[in-house]
Amino acid sequence: MTQLTSRVLEREAFDSLIDALAARGYAVIAPTVRDGAIVYDEIATSAQLPIGLTDEQDGGRYRLVAREDDALFGYNVGPQSWKRFQLPASRRLWRGALDANGNVSEIVEDRDEPGRYAFLGVRSCELRAMGILDRVLLGATRPDPTERSVRANVFVVAVQCGQAGGTCFCVSMETGPTAQDGFDLALTEVLEEGRHYFVVQAGSNDGAELLAELPTEPARPAELEAATTAHERAAAQMGRELDITDIRDLLYRNYDHPRWDEVAERCLTCGNCTMVCPTCFCTTVEDVTDLAGTHVERHQRWDSCFTIDYSHIAGGAVRSSPRSRYRQWMTHKLATWIDQFGSSGCVGCGRCITWCPVGIDITEEARAIRASEEEPVASA
Amino acid sequence: MQALDELIAHVPTFAGLTGEQRKLIAGCGQNEHVAAGSMLFSEGEPANTFYLVRRGLVALEVHAPGRGPLRIETLEAGEVIGWSWLFEPYRWQLDARALEPCDVIAFDAACLRGKTEEDHELGYQLMARFAANLVDRLQATRFQLLDVYGNTEVPA
Amino acid sequence: MATLKSQPESELLGPMVPEPFVLRSKRQETEDTWTLELVSAARERGIAFAPGQFTMIEAGGAGEVPISISGDPSDTETLTQTIRAVGLATAAICNAQPGQLLGIRGPFGNSWPVQRLEGLDVVVAAGGIGLAPLRPAILALLANRERYGRLVLLYGARTPGQMLFVEELHEWHNRGFEVHTTVDSAGPEWLGHVGVVTRLIGRADLDSGFAGLTCGPEIMMRLTALALADFGIEGERLYVSTERNMQCGIGHCGHCQLGPWLLCRDGPVFDWQTIAHWLQLREV
Repeated sequence: MTQLTSRVLEREAFDSLIDALAARGYAVIAPTVRDGAIVYDEIATSAQLPIGLTDEQDGGRYRLVAREDDALFGYNVGPQSWKRFQLPASRRLWRGALDANGNVSEIVEDRDEPGRYAFLGVRSCELRAMGILDRVLLGATRPDPTERSVRANVFVVAVQCGQAGGTCFCVSMETGPTAQDGFDLALTEVLEEGRHYFVVQAGSNDGAELLAELPTEPARPAELEAATTAHERAAAQMGRELDITDIRDLLYRNYDHPRWDEVAERCLTCGNCTMVCPTCFCTTVEDVTDLAGTHVERHQRWDSCFTIDYSHIAGGAVRSSPRSRYRQWMTHKLATWIDQFGSSGCVGCGRCITWCPVGIDITEEARAIRASEEEPVASA
Repeated sequence: MQALDELIAHVPTFAGLTGEQRKLIAGCGQNEHVAAGSMLFSEGEPANTFYLVRRGLVALEVHAPGRGPLRIETLEAGEVIGWSWLFEPYRWQLDARALEPCDVIAFDAACLRGKTEEDHELGYQLMARFAANLVDRLQATRFQLLDVYGNTEVPA
Repeated sequence: MATLKSQPESELLGPMVPEPFVLRSKRQETEDTWTLELVSAARERGIAFAPGQFTMIEAGGAGEVPISISGDPSDTETLTQTIRAVGLATAAICNAQPGQLLGIRGPFGNSWPVQRLEGLDVVVAAGGIGLAPLRPAILALLANRERYGRLVLLYGARTPGQMLFVEELHEWHNRGFEVHTTVDSAGPEWLGHVGVVTRLIGRADLDSGFAGLTCGPEIMMRLTALALADFGIEGERLYVSTERNMQCGIGHCGHCQLGPWLLCRDGPVFDWQTIAHWLQLREV
């Protein structure tokens, strides 16, 4: 981090950032605490952030526990991601009239104005996930004229992680923990003896303009060093690892690996992983009519490849076994996504591990398959 | 008219046999003409003859009460009809009926069984060819059984 | 006929809004299959498509399904679709009456590489309703008959009563296709071949110089591809049309994945070299 572009904002002045965003007409969405988890919601002051909390995450385990300090961002990611702002969980596409002869007419398309949002507290893995989702949604063969890049519409205040979570593996996926670009502002929180401040970097013209309005001081070398130490600490604490060397071809070679049978014995096909994953984008389209049969609406809502209906064609579901559905999800995320969209679909946020009710761990599954290839061939 | 042993040289089933072997087989055969609608053989009859179709179309059928003859498969020029002559109890299990006027070579099964008893090499060569034939037809039959064009329902 | 009141055409409609087409006529092909002829209700134009492409169709608000276009690509005024009633959405489409509006989105997907095959002999192997997505290719090949060598059609159906486009088979024969048909089972009135479609391959005098287009149930396509390979018709000169669940048709919803491919975007037509491995894996 260079001295030129970094400023320091004291904790007491943090609300000036929120106020400046609100003054620009942004609804500030940030981490908050609800029902024992950290979820993204609109805030007006820093008091609404999960102050002094951290999360303990492991396979199938999530707990918020108190910290010994009052850090504003001393945790990692919760069950929600920012994807619902790019891809609503449920939305109506259009509505129309239906007559007794089955004619659909007077179709009125729903054109929601995109909200004016500032995302406060976006982690590096989440930033990368937004970019991945943009590539999928905006790369459709017939782009929706109303869809625009989230990046183009949202003011992003990234938070550089100062610690890693129990299921994090962004280092393996090369998506963090320190964001290099894609943000308007990036904050690194530093808590020292008697001091609590943020090292702030601008990543865009909008970010620089806003930063100029805040009561900040130029960052001193010791402060920059403290920020760097925080970044390195996060990188060193990763709870999980995933070797992505040749991962696509590794999985392509192993579609009949017995490991899929093994994980199928544990997987409930509940689809939690797809709901919490920041890049899972599958949706289903439903046409619904009212009871009177005079109106019809087309809805789009999140779907999961774990459902039995997902792969239904005349004759039945292509993927009827849980084994094939878990395999579909994991090979899509780590392998076929690369061929479909030019990058991995996984950002190493670990949510799928944390929120799996039986603690299935994508990094462990990948390791098991890779390890079996490296085992010496047993003699007869 | 072409000699029988030359005729059968061009049939895939008898490809690769030596001239001597072809003569032995041809010695058991004779040309026949079958009128459209006539039966070549019927279910339950002793399997004394097998046929090579030279021209025309023959249907393998089974008759079911109330449903009439059910057509299982059709065979045409170059194809051999019948294997039941190879194995005890030497009895036909299906009907074979000419759908069109057909020219066939009818082979005397007893004659050929006798020759293969004496000449095991000939017997082996014939068995190998019929086995390949059987494999092809078994595969096709299995495919047919799948009823792939049917309006399939997932079994409960 | 219902009138249309939708947004002014100056506003570009989103890709999930269907365009209204009027059902001009329909013809029953078999007990559960109909061919529908549709014309655009909203504008003067019809629909331009390449053989092998599909549309997303809905009728009566009963839901959308992907259906390959079965019409003549040179007729841009009429949209022809052949549909088998297998569920609620397809039943609603097949029950539509002349004059009724159906919602159409598309055309989507890639196409049979008819132009790339110029100069070659071509064998078209169709199974069951698979003849419908191949019909536009057959018509395109016949429209430029002199640019191709031998044209051979192998068509297998379940029973004689379930054959599609029966009158046209004669017409195609007259226009230059060698037509061979077979059925899986038949009663005594059928005087043609009985047996699976792969049995026709050996009878059609094919060789490795042929290119192939095949469409039908996936089992049929796989077994046909194996049988054609015995004659050297394989690899990059053999094409199949694949099918998976589709919700959007525009590469957005994820459902139509087949391994590394999105069928609405990268397919549904693939060459055998590319797709064989993925079709031969189970439950992919």
